Amino acid sequence: MTESVKNTLLFIVVGGLILLTGFTQSWNAAILILNMGLISAILAIGVNLQWGFAGLFNVGVMGFVALGGLAVVLVSTPPTPGAWSSGGYGIILALLLGAATVVAAVLVATRMPRGRAQTLTTIAILLVGFFVYRAVFDPSVAGVEAIEPAVAGNLGGLNLPVLVAWPAGGLLAAGAAWLIGKTALGLRSDYLAIATLGIAEIIIAIMKNEDWLARGVKNVYGIPRPSPVVGYEVDLQNDPSFVARADWFGLDPVIASTLSVKLGYSLLFMIVLLALLWMAQMALKSPWGRMMRAIRDNEVAAEAMGKDVTRRHLQIFVLGSAICGIAGAMMTTLDGQLTPGTYNPLRFTFLVWVMVIVGGSGNNFGAVLGAFLIWFLWVQVEPMGLWFMNLITSSMPDGSALKSHLIDSAAHMRLFTMGLILLIVLRFSPRGLIPEK
Amino acid sequence: MMDLLNALVALSNFVIVPAVAYGSQLALGALGVTLIYGILRFSNFAHGDTMAFGAMIAVLVTWGLQAVGVSFGPLPTALLALPFAILGCIVLVLITDRLVYRFYREQRAKPVILVIVSMGVMFIMNGLVRFIIGPDDQRFSDGARFIISARDFKSMTGLREGLAIKTSQGITLVVAVVAVALLFWFLNKTRTGKSMRAYSDNEDLALLSGINPERVVMITWIIVAALATTAGVLYGLDKSFKPFVYFQLLLPIFASAIVGGLGNPLGAIAGGFIIAFSEVTVTYAWKKVLTYVAPESLAPSGLVQFLSTDYKFAVSFAILLIVLLFKPTGLFKGKAV
Repeated sequence: MTESVKNTLLFIVVGGLILLTGFTQSWNAAILILNMGLISAILAIGVNLQWGFAGLFNVGVMGFVALGGLAVVLVSTPPTPGAWSSGGYGIILALLLGAATVVAAVLVATRMPRGRAQTLTTIAILLVGFFVYRAVFDPSVAGVEAIEPAVAGNLGGLNLPVLVAWPAGGLLAAGAAWLIGKTALGLRSDYLAIATLGIAEIIIAIMKNEDWLARGVKNVYGIPRPSPVVGYEVDLQNDPSFVARADWFGLDPVIASTLSVKLGYSLLFMIVLLALLWMAQMALKSPWGRMMRAIRDNEVAAEAMGKDVTRRHLQIFVLGSAICGIAGAMMTTLDGQLTPGTYNPLRFTFLVWVMVIVGGSGNNFGAVLGAFLIWFLWVQVEPMGLWFMNLITSSMPDGSALKSHLIDSAAHMRLFTMGLILLIVLRFSPRGLIPEK
Repeated sequence: MMDLLNALVALSNFVIVPAVAYGSQLALGALGVTLIYGILRFSNFAHGDTMAFGAMIAVLVTWGLQAVGVSFGPLPTALLALPFAILGCIVLVLITDRLVYRFYREQRAKPVILVIVSMGVMFIMNGLVRFIIGPDDQRFSDGARFIISARDFKSMTGLREGLAIKTSQGITLVVAVVAVALLFWFLNKTRTGKSMRAYSDNEDLALLSGINPERVVMITWIIVAALATTAGVLYGLDKSFKPFVYFQLLLPIFASAIVGGLGNPLGAIAGGFIIAFSEVTVTYAWKKVLTYVAPESLAPSGLVQFLSTDYKFAVSFAILLIVLLFKPTGLFKGKAV
């Protein structure tokens, strides 16, 4: 069996698993798996770019995903009336002042001769800058958050189409990645991991607490859909031609409308995935991709050949994070809401890592396959766990404490299974399902 | 004069006492991370969940002891459960090492592969803990709540501010001091401890002088399990036991270990206290203390809180970054470059 046949078969198997979900459970569930699988595949391409191509250990994926989600709110929701005049500009000014303080401190720290004077000036600039920043920032924030706190209390967005927010999410994530990369990329791999882990937590903390930005844990609902590709169920149900078509398929109009909306998302996501996959493949084959892998395999040798390792690392770190940002924006669009409280590193960072490693790090198709497979398992392990628990407890007497505990705990089988899969793949097939060529 | 005393008491109550307790917990956690790094040469992402697992056994044993009516007087029953928990945790990490890590050690895999492997272990341990005890908050502290309560302190001294010291805080400090003393005695005075340090300094040389690497690794895991369980139980007694919180503790623990210098036990302790004190001081609202100290006219109007408590991660992280940028080997010379 040649390699391409094997790989096609693997994709067919995973596609068959999703179809099986459609036949045995419901088509709604199957398309949900498909949609999140598509988004996961984009995330996996981003992580694969960083880890598979360049060997960068980024465990801050969650942060970039969240920034993508934030971009959706900032771009596509309508602006809150009066928010800008009652404090919006003040907030911007405060942020600029804060940035100026940091820049000034860095300049002093790098330009002044070393010594006590340098340290003291730096500290003084930081302290004064901090208090000035807070003096401008606090009243402005209070002003913005006072506007209808029950439904708004934030700045709102630019009221642009939500599709614009996807690249914007990528840009926002790329900007953050540039800042992080500038400071943390010179460090060794373990430190980069800790640094990205920390940054992701900080981004989530900011999104949870800065209500003026995106309402914090009060969440933002009603994010517009990317119409006309994705419509609204009610409109479709009132559309006679749609009802006629649904009838022709033999479907209830209500079910047909929800399926149609979800398939609209699938179409959009598929286009983005194919475009990014094509780009990643081209990058992998190009001289640039070969250089990246050369750096990954032997940094010292690459440096001796005149490659600027740190710069190349920064480049690919920014690119990979931008892809994660796009995926995050798409995810928030799919949900129709931004809920900062639900970002969890196990689900948004480490699960993506499992996808990339199981699929095959260094191979874009592997990453995509891994994403679909792991996402399918992530969703289906719960019902499978429940079935399994019912099986092994079937001989126990009803009402026994152990039986009810086992059945209740079936929901927690997920993490255990994912860890087991990761360890088994790392041990017996460390290059993944579709290994790097 | 009275004002100054009041300020001092308020400061101790809200900053010093909590920070010392939290710092001891972090230091114990960071010691585990740093030992693994020194001997096994990778950053163990599963450490938070190892702590959770150990603490979970302590919780279960405590419930068992409470059910049969055993108690430890004014001290929490969990202290009686601690040895069992340590034993359980040792069994778990030794099994993990045998089944998972040993294979990669024999292959001489790159450290980053071991980090990814530890990610898998993290998932499994996290899943195990949730499977056995569930994801919710569990309370298991009992015995006297306070060594000295705020009201007693006020009536004793006649000051306006009270100083409360929780039993858990006192126990944390005592247990941490005992644990650290034992660890340093072991590392510096016993033959096995010396062989561990030799192995950490130079693996090849240690092998040449006849040190059995598997024995060193096994003893390291045993010590790490003991430290992690102790840290986990103390943290759980002080706050409460919630599996996900232990996972989140990973960040300040790593920050402590790196700030002190990865691989350096003394550094881990110092790092733990540095991180704890900065987290608490930066997120504490200083209004109360300042109103006592500052003259009337300068009394602050706001809370004088630098950052809200939700940003405590940001604090440990900022310190981590500063140290990494200016002194990449940590404050005490660690082995990482």
